[in-house]
Amino acid sequence: MSAPVTTRSLPPADASRTARRGGRAPGGGARAWATRAPLMPALLFLIAVTQLPFVATLVISLFDWNSLAPGKRHFHGLSNYATVFTDSDMRDSVFTTILLTVTVVVASVVIGLLLALLLDRKFFGRGIVRTLLITPFLLVPVSAALLWKHVLYNPEYGLLNGAWSWVAGLFGDHTPAQPDWISNMPLTAVEIALVWQWTPFMMLILLAGLQSRPAETLEAARLDGAGPWQMFRFLTLPHLRRYLELGILLGSINVVQNFDAVFTITAGGLGTANLPYTIYETFYQAHEYGLASAAGVVVVIGTIIIATFALRVVSSLFTEEAGRA
Amino acid sequence: MTTLTTAGAPAPARSKGVRHAPHTRKARRKAAWIGLLAWIVGIVFCVPALWMLLTSFHSEPDAATNPPSIAAPLTLSGYKVFFGAGGGASPWPPLINSALSSVLSTALVLALALPAAYALSIKRVRKWTDVMFFFLSTKMLPVVAGLLPVYLFAKNTGLLDNVWLLVILYTSMNLPIAVWMMQSFLADVPVSIIEAAQVDGARLPTVLLRVVAPVAAPGIAATSLICFIFSWNELLFARVLTGVRAETAPVFLTGFVTSQGLFLAQLCAASVVVSLPVLAAGFAAQDKLVQGLSLGAVK
Amino acid sequence: MPLKQRRQGTYVRLGASVAAATLLAGCAGAGGGGGSSSGGGGGGKALNVLMVNNPQMTELQKLTADNFTKKTGIKVHFTVLPENDARDKFTQDFSNQAGQYDIATISNFEVPFYAKNGWLAPLDSYVKKDKAFDQADILGPMQESLTGDDGKLYAEPFYGESSFLMYRKDLFAKKHLTMPAHPTWQQVADLAAKVDGATPGVKGICLRGLPGWGEMIAPLTTVVNTMGGTWYDKDWNAQLTGPGFEKATKFYVDLVRKHGEAGAAQSGYAECLNDMTQGKTAMWYDSTAGAGSLEASDSPVKGKIGYVPAPVDKTKTSGWLYTWAWGVQKASKNQDAAWKFISWASGKGYEDLVGKKIGWSNVPAGKRASTYSNPDYLKDASAFADITKKSIAGVDPKNPGVQQRPTPGIQFVDFPGFTDLGTKVSQEISSAIAGKQSVEDALKKSQALAEKAGKEQK
Repeated sequence: MSAPVTTRSLPPADASRTARRGGRAPGGGARAWATRAPLMPALLFLIAVTQLPFVATLVISLFDWNSLAPGKRHFHGLSNYATVFTDSDMRDSVFTTILLTVTVVVASVVIGLLLALLLDRKFFGRGIVRTLLITPFLLVPVSAALLWKHVLYNPEYGLLNGAWSWVAGLFGDHTPAQPDWISNMPLTAVEIALVWQWTPFMMLILLAGLQSRPAETLEAARLDGAGPWQMFRFLTLPHLRRYLELGILLGSINVVQNFDAVFTITAGGLGTANLPYTIYETFYQAHEYGLASAAGVVVVIGTIIIATFALRVVSSLFTEEAGRA
Repeated sequence: MTTLTTAGAPAPARSKGVRHAPHTRKARRKAAWIGLLAWIVGIVFCVPALWMLLTSFHSEPDAATNPPSIAAPLTLSGYKVFFGAGGGASPWPPLINSALSSVLSTALVLALALPAAYALSIKRVRKWTDVMFFFLSTKMLPVVAGLLPVYLFAKNTGLLDNVWLLVILYTSMNLPIAVWMMQSFLADVPVSIIEAAQVDGARLPTVLLRVVAPVAAPGIAATSLICFIFSWNELLFARVLTGVRAETAPVFLTGFVTSQGLFLAQLCAASVVVSLPVLAAGFAAQDKLVQGLSLGAVK
Repeated sequence: MPLKQRRQGTYVRLGASVAAATLLAGCAGAGGGGGSSSGGGGGGKALNVLMVNNPQMTELQKLTADNFTKKTGIKVHFTVLPENDARDKFTQDFSNQAGQYDIATISNFEVPFYAKNGWLAPLDSYVKKDKAFDQADILGPMQESLTGDDGKLYAEPFYGESSFLMYRKDLFAKKHLTMPAHPTWQQVADLAAKVDGATPGVKGICLRGLPGWGEMIAPLTTVVNTMGGTWYDKDWNAQLTGPGFEKATKFYVDLVRKHGEAGAAQSGYAECLNDMTQGKTAMWYDSTAGAGSLEASDSPVKGKIGYVPAPVDKTKTSGWLYTWAWGVQKASKNQDAAWKFISWASGKGYEDLVGKKIGWSNVPAGKRASTYSNPDYLKDASAFADITKKSIAGVDPKNPGVQQRPTPGIQFVDFPGFTDLGTKVSQEISSAIAGKQSVEDALKKSQALAEKAGKEQK
């Protein structure tokens, strides 16, 4: 709500007026503020909503505070942090998070690339096929997770085992194996559901990349007698590099924070608890507010370190600018 | 940002079938095979979703058979149960809450992101790239670490179970994405028309609404679409911070797994209905989706 | 400058419309709770109720508008969630006294320490005034388990349960097996092996394997009790690697792995009920409340099921005691209306209503003596009514095993940290059921967790 108010109260960026005031060095004084003004509402809003809570988290993390034992809240120093670093659940969930993120992102990039290459061809009903392929991404994540858990993986009446007994039945086997997917491969089950959801995302970005290849270069290469593999290896892939990096970056940002699928499909059981879920559990099931906050702080610090590297990648993606002076 | 698409060269027109023109019969046959393959892959990939759609029209016993009954008679009973037939909870309040929180937060995001993007792409602040990266970095922070303070804040201010709290949180969740997207879209607005407007004495809000917004309309649409989808899908905040009054559709969905015997058809019907707005919006604006998802880097 | 004025006008209009939108949306959501739908002023009160989504509750939800709201004018807004989720939510809300919910279905696990922490409103004065409610009719163990240390009553049962063994009489007959009247666990294991596969796809027994202290831990702990184990000795020393606990856990995990349901590690009460209803398992050791659903008029296994007391080993009985009860949050501003709702939902009249509208076997039973002398109920529920009542009456929450305990509780240990401890231990054991680790490893990790939790209680 503050946006119109602030922008109205400050003069608009008006070059001539600033110039009349003496034209100080760019960035100095009123002119700089006039330039900054439109940015301020968004910046202040974001700082207030995303940074202030972390200050609170920091403070809470120094207390032994379990809401189930209301009388016992007291200052606890850094001992919550000691617990975080020695807790094997926490360590396991760090590992799970990394494994989950890497697997999902890599798998969906590879499959997404294959699908994009297919969709880059011309064929009858291409629009419909594209629509089919992006559908998983457009399902509400919770409903997709519920779909996998109950409608597909369920060992009794899920589609996977159902289809298998149908196929086996065709060959006269009436007692086919009916594996329990989620218990047998819990993390893989979560990963498959997530790959299914994220592949269309990668596909769309990579498809955009493919379609932006300069046609003349491709035609020239073809005339030079380059084979399809050579064209892919030496023309398409280098051109796609930035799109791949972009997809990986954006996919990682989202998958690292995944809560819906882990929560829905396994409820964090069977070694699938990732960091968001573990913190959620500490906060919402154990009601250990202090410990949950300490874990949160540690994760934030870890994220900042990783993000610094990630941002370097982004900046290489976005450094060159359009021809605006 | 445009460099991504053009790789130096001025934006080339889409290659108009130069590549794949099926000149020969052999090429034509190859194209047909590829088409067939693509169709098969597309359908197989979509089977879970299609199965969900089919199951939503089955009766509960038919939905839970093994092997599956594909040809079972169709019925609307799953949908009827979802919409409260038989006395269950009505899905309308959660659907309305989802719509309210998504639409209002999207509007607020646009109101904040448009001027911010102006300051980051048209009349640039110093160190504008640092600001951009600050925005993006907030997106990397784990949401869950802020959950507790937000809960305690909401409890003490009476904002618990209130749609407006979700509006604020969803705005902060989407604002970084929106700023990035809008920044790249506004970078394409010709400076000359803005300067012309300012010479006329127009103030910034007017410039933004009358001059910039119309030119950047497709980009704004893409931004809105993405923000809407992410807000509509959000589960974690809604789960912890809402109860009876502000419950959103995804939270409502999680309550649909009952111990009351069979629930697959109901669950599928519920999933279809809850996903419908996003599906409709996404299908209708597939190109916008690509732009939006890539933070505007892909146009 | 007409141009400028017009521009300012735009802004005024924009601001006004934003303000209007704010007002329209109110300060809440669409769910109501005294929202705009009831019109200004709010003649009728509204209650917010959080419930577990068990069949008895969803039936209550369906009957509320026509039978409660119509009479009293009190609107009731329900949030209905699966057990684990519901528990997270009401613990959060009550422990912070956030007041989102006036009433929640809590259990005899929560009542003692919720009462001690002052999170519940005592109900004694309401009970005294409300003669028609007839508190004396509530079964003794129920009433006792819902009373705080201070002797005040803090919750009213909606339905109560113990545990017993259900088995398919027809499948047993087919395989020429007989179920003893008071089976031991060893006998049950032998029977499970024999009846497994009686018809294609039928498993021997369904036992909960879903992580959650209210899921798998409940039946498992009763097995632990009767096999001589315990979570803690009377001084809060953890005993999870003790012989009794280990023997029982191995037995449970072996049984469910060999002859248990498919997907055992993800099966809880709901999944087992489903399996039993669908004829996918020959036996089921679980809550007495399950019988009502199995004998419901639309159940495909109605009339085919026999019921015997919870299997034992070293103790005489081993059934648990559990009740979903209505607790009123102290921070609630609608306590009078809340009592009206409780009085209706836990009253005799509601049992009649369910009996007539839905079927007598669906009645939320196990809480009132009068239920078991109601001829209508007995006619429909004869298969399990008597044994249910005996199971509930036969429990002793203060002394459920072979040794002294630090705190009451049969299928749980009554202290706040148990929800977290139980859930974590259940995840370990669940992964043993899934074959991811050995029972020994699972218990070794669990013992460490239990020691830590126990230390805080000493």
